[in-house]
Amino acid sequence: MATDSSLLLGLVEEFVSGQQDTKAADTAKGVKNGQFTVLQLVEALGLSLTSSQHDTRARGVKLLSEVLQECYSCLNEREVEVLVVFYENRLKDHYVIIPHVLQGLKALTKSSALPPGSAVSILKSVFQDTHVQSLMIQERSCVYSILINLMESREQELKGLGSDFVFGFVQSMDGERDPRNLLLAFQIARNIVVHGYNLGKFTEELFEVTSCYFPIDFTPPPNDPHGIKQEDLVLSLRAVLTGTPLFAEFLIPLIIEKLDSDVKSAKVEALQTLADCGPVYGHKELSPFLSGLWASLRREVFQTASERVESAALSALSALTAALSRSVIASNADDALHTLLDLVLKDCQHHLSEPDLRLVWPSAKILQAVGGASYRACLRVESAVLPLLLEQYTRRTQSAQRRTLLEVLQGFVQPTEASIPAEGEECVFLQFGASLCAVVFSALSESGAATQITATRILTALAQHKGVLSPSDVELAVDHLTTLILQEDDPHVSAAVEECVGSLSPLHPAAFSSRMLPKLKEHIFTEPMVQGDAPDSQNAVRQRCVSALARVTSESSLLQESTHILLAALSAAHTGSGSFSVDDVISVCQSLQRIAEHAPLTDADIGRFFHDVITPRLLGLAVQAAVQDEGGRSPLAEEAVLAAVAPIISTSCSRLSTDCAAVSAARSVSLFLDGDVTFLPDNNLPPSLQLLKAPSPQVSQLVCLLTASVCSLPRSVEIPEIDRLLEALEEVGCTHTHTFTHTSAAKCYAGLINKRPSGPALDAVLQRCVKRVSAELDNSTSCLRIQALTLLLWVTKGLLLRYHPLSTTLSDKLFQLLGDRSLGAVVAEGFSLLMSDSLDVLNRGCHSDVRIMYRQRFFAENNSKLVQGFNSAPPEEKAGYLKALSHIMNNLPRQVQLTELPALLPLFLEALVCVEVCVQLSTLSCLQPILMDPPPALTNQLEALMPRLLALTTSPAMKVRIASLHCVHALSRLPDHMVLPFRTRVLKALAVPLDDKKRLVRKEAVTARGEWFLLGSPGR
Amino acid sequence: MSGGTRLENANPLIFQRSGERLLTATDEDDDVADPIDDREIFDLIRNINDPEHPLSLEELNVVEQVRVTVNDQENAVSVEFTPTIPHCSMATLIGLSIKVKLLRSLPDRFKIDVHITPGTHASEEAVNKQLADKERVAAALENSQLLEVVNQCLTSRTM
Repeated sequence: MATDSSLLLGLVEEFVSGQQDTKAADTAKGVKNGQFTVLQLVEALGLSLTSSQHDTRARGVKLLSEVLQECYSCLNEREVEVLVVFYENRLKDHYVIIPHVLQGLKALTKSSALPPGSAVSILKSVFQDTHVQSLMIQERSCVYSILINLMESREQELKGLGSDFVFGFVQSMDGERDPRNLLLAFQIARNIVVHGYNLGKFTEELFEVTSCYFPIDFTPPPNDPHGIKQEDLVLSLRAVLTGTPLFAEFLIPLIIEKLDSDVKSAKVEALQTLADCGPVYGHKELSPFLSGLWASLRREVFQTASERVESAALSALSALTAALSRSVIASNADDALHTLLDLVLKDCQHHLSEPDLRLVWPSAKILQAVGGASYRACLRVESAVLPLLLEQYTRRTQSAQRRTLLEVLQGFVQPTEASIPAEGEECVFLQFGASLCAVVFSALSESGAATQITATRILTALAQHKGVLSPSDVELAVDHLTTLILQEDDPHVSAAVEECVGSLSPLHPAAFSSRMLPKLKEHIFTEPMVQGDAPDSQNAVRQRCVSALARVTSESSLLQESTHILLAALSAAHTGSGSFSVDDVISVCQSLQRIAEHAPLTDADIGRFFHDVITPRLLGLAVQAAVQDEGGRSPLAEEAVLAAVAPIISTSCSRLSTDCAAVSAARSVSLFLDGDVTFLPDNNLPPSLQLLKAPSPQVSQLVCLLTASVCSLPRSVEIPEIDRLLEALEEVGCTHTHTFTHTSAAKCYAGLINKRPSGPALDAVLQRCVKRVSAELDNSTSCLRIQALTLLLWVTKGLLLRYHPLSTTLSDKLFQLLGDRSLGAVVAEGFSLLMSDSLDVLNRGCHSDVRIMYRQRFFAENNSKLVQGFNSAPPEEKAGYLKALSHIMNNLPRQVQLTELPALLPLFLEALVCVEVCVQLSTLSCLQPILMDPPPALTNQLEALMPRLLALTTSPAMKVRIASLHCVHALSRLPDHMVLPFRTRVLKALAVPLDDKKRLVRKEAVTARGEWFLLGSPGR
Repeated sequence: MSGGTRLENANPLIFQRSGERLLTATDEDDDVADPIDDREIFDLIRNINDPEHPLSLEELNVVEQVRVTVNDQENAVSVEFTPTIPHCSMATLIGLSIKVKLLRSLPDRFKIDVHITPGTHASEEAVNKQLADKERVAAALENSQLLEVVNQCLTSRTM
């Protein structure tokens, strides 16, 4: 005990007289450990606390405060009480002591053992004995923290202080200028207004003392360590001002005043604040100011040049309307909502019918903003506006005006939350249903793409309102849409019609199935007229019908109907009736693919339908087309068509339920391995097909369908006879001479390997495959090297994606092959395959095992090998390395590119002077995003970079010229002092591409040169 | 609008902007030479900002494609522009902006002629004369205040 107290005395002595600040921490540690108590510390401090030297007193208090900051949690109530009284007394002491006293008080307010009553007494002494605004920044912040702490823990006690608390706070924050402290002060003010402290007669004072900062204009100093942004301040001030309806009488005039100012940011700020008032204010607060607010808001929408101001004004207006619609009205008062709506309608309505339609857009936007705010407002606005618009539309004859009116109308009928009728009420649009339909139908039959597109959108909107379209209207609408599909060849209109069909068909399936589908079917199967004037247009009609069919699939019955039509079209194409071209067949396949993507396959019925009907039909047709005689070649035997069929199968397989998927896997495997054709419909196929061993490419290319069906299944599905399958695929992949066949086999192999669980079985398969591939590649006279390389690339990709340890060996093999004379270029190209996402296999959609950030990992493991290889390679092989590098870099996220750039910059500069166009191009496309925000490593190299870029602006390849001009353009955004030295040189060099023979190059040159001209000149 | 200076034409008629030029297959073909045509010249000047309004010259119908003629072989470009009102004091400035934009964007083999559409401005001749005078154009661009206004018209509006 004695040693402890002498130790404590020593510590105190060293801190107070020895001025060693570190001893505070030691003391605090001692208190925490229980080595000595706070009481002992105070006793030990005794002399220094009562010294007549204020410096000594300051050191003493400082030590005590610092210890308290560490150990406020281990104090008991009695200790706290004593300390509070001590500190309150010290507040009256010399000014050098005050900062430490405040620190100590702050620590005490955090203590949970603060006795009742002390909170009030602390506050009273702080407000009485200190003048907050004459303290330093740190101490002011300390006062605010004391307030915040007390408000958190002793809310009830502080409320007992009444409005004195508010007054004290107002006095202490009045004149605050430091942004950090302001954030704290706003937080306190926000707590005061939101938690219902009694503001008493100080409401206006509190408002004044905060609103004087409105609107906040704050630019943080450069390299600000505190990271306070203007936005933080703006939001916290806004939270104070909009926190209570009591401020309304002061705030709204202030907002109106700021709206009249010329500063755009002030206007936006005022409008956003007004919008935030909406949820808090009610009828009572708003009604005195309605006409003033409306006048200002109207001016902002009608006369503004800035979209930001306009949209802020509109959302403020709609917030106001919502507030008024919500609030309860006294029995003797007028409904302020109607007052506002009267004002709005009076000022806006007539613009809708002015002859020149000049202010029609701003008026419409205002009316829509008001109408969208609440159901009551919507009811009133729509019933006033719709008849007017409908009448105008029928009266006008100029198509431009009719189009404008139609677009305005579209805005009004768009379904919003507010337009949903309350229970038991009718939809606003019900009474106008018939006339709206008449307008839409007349617009649909007019010529003019824009009009038709708008009309389809209105139709879509009307269909969302329940009961507006009568059954006969729906039928008529479907007829109109059908006509448009058959007759309109503008791609935008067709897209809009398809969109409309897609949203209408789920609501009215019967009408579509009885009226649209038969007509589309008829046109799909009509033979194009051979002697017809435009067979192209006939084909276009067929393709439009096919793609519209893909949209009419909302419901199980419709879906089956549409798919049957499409499948029948494929059968017809196969048998040769109906003269379907390859393009037609491909578009049929694309439609099926769309259906497969969007259909709810989780629905058991639909999933089974895909599994039982569609996939077997497709496989059956493809197999029949492949094995039939060469004579009448079916379009389904074309490589392009198969490539379109594969994604249908792959999409539907990837979404099957587990048991369906297992059956499907077994079927495909037995079809391809054993020629088991029993599950294919209408088959008249020979019983023992050898699909994988066929030498003819027409048959062997079917392996792409195998890829589609087995590689996209969920990972949990076990593929039967996988070892035999892998063996067969390896054989095809290594030996077949048809490119599409061996590539598809390689993909299939890689897709299966990627999902196979690791273990000895997988290792054995891989070992065999790698051995075979390496043997083939090492034999430089072999004619199957390209096959081996393709397989190697795909297997590497499959393993790389799942972080398999073998992938390192394989990628080393690839790096080694970069130097190969005959294969080097192909290998370099192959790196793009490794690093980019592949669409058909080995992606997440196919349930493949794709680890995140595999690209970064690959890059991190291999970039040094690449650089070394480049440096040691003979000059004629360097291009391959550069190409591989640019492929890898191009696929990396920008953040990684930036960090890796310094190390690779020499290579990049080298790549820019490389003769190969594709290396130049990919380097430029990699550089361009980096140049937008270049790291210092690059800006130091401008002297080397600039001439290389400028030289490329006259390269023989157009794409290189364009890309280099892009880069030159990007460089103009660098800070002036870096680029100004180059200005003359660049302007002179860019004069040449201004006269380029290609327009696209000239365009880029003009933009780039324009920016460089502006560099360093006034008015930029 | 603003409390200070009043605009001469505070509420002009606004015209629709023509879209971007459609790309054709020949545009992407490296071997075909595309001649400089009217639309290309129009694309150069249509996005110039008006000195008064936050609108482009195209939106104010000050420039139109039919009033642009170019002869690629004979190296001649002629642009007519139409001030929004006959007493527009900005006419010279607009003409100067068009001229500077073309000077910066066309190969120097072209002779560039910028003038007011006949009969649309009170002091048409004087403005045309100023714009045609090489020396005066060069001198105007030495004036940093004038250059500042011209550059503001020529900065691309990306925001």
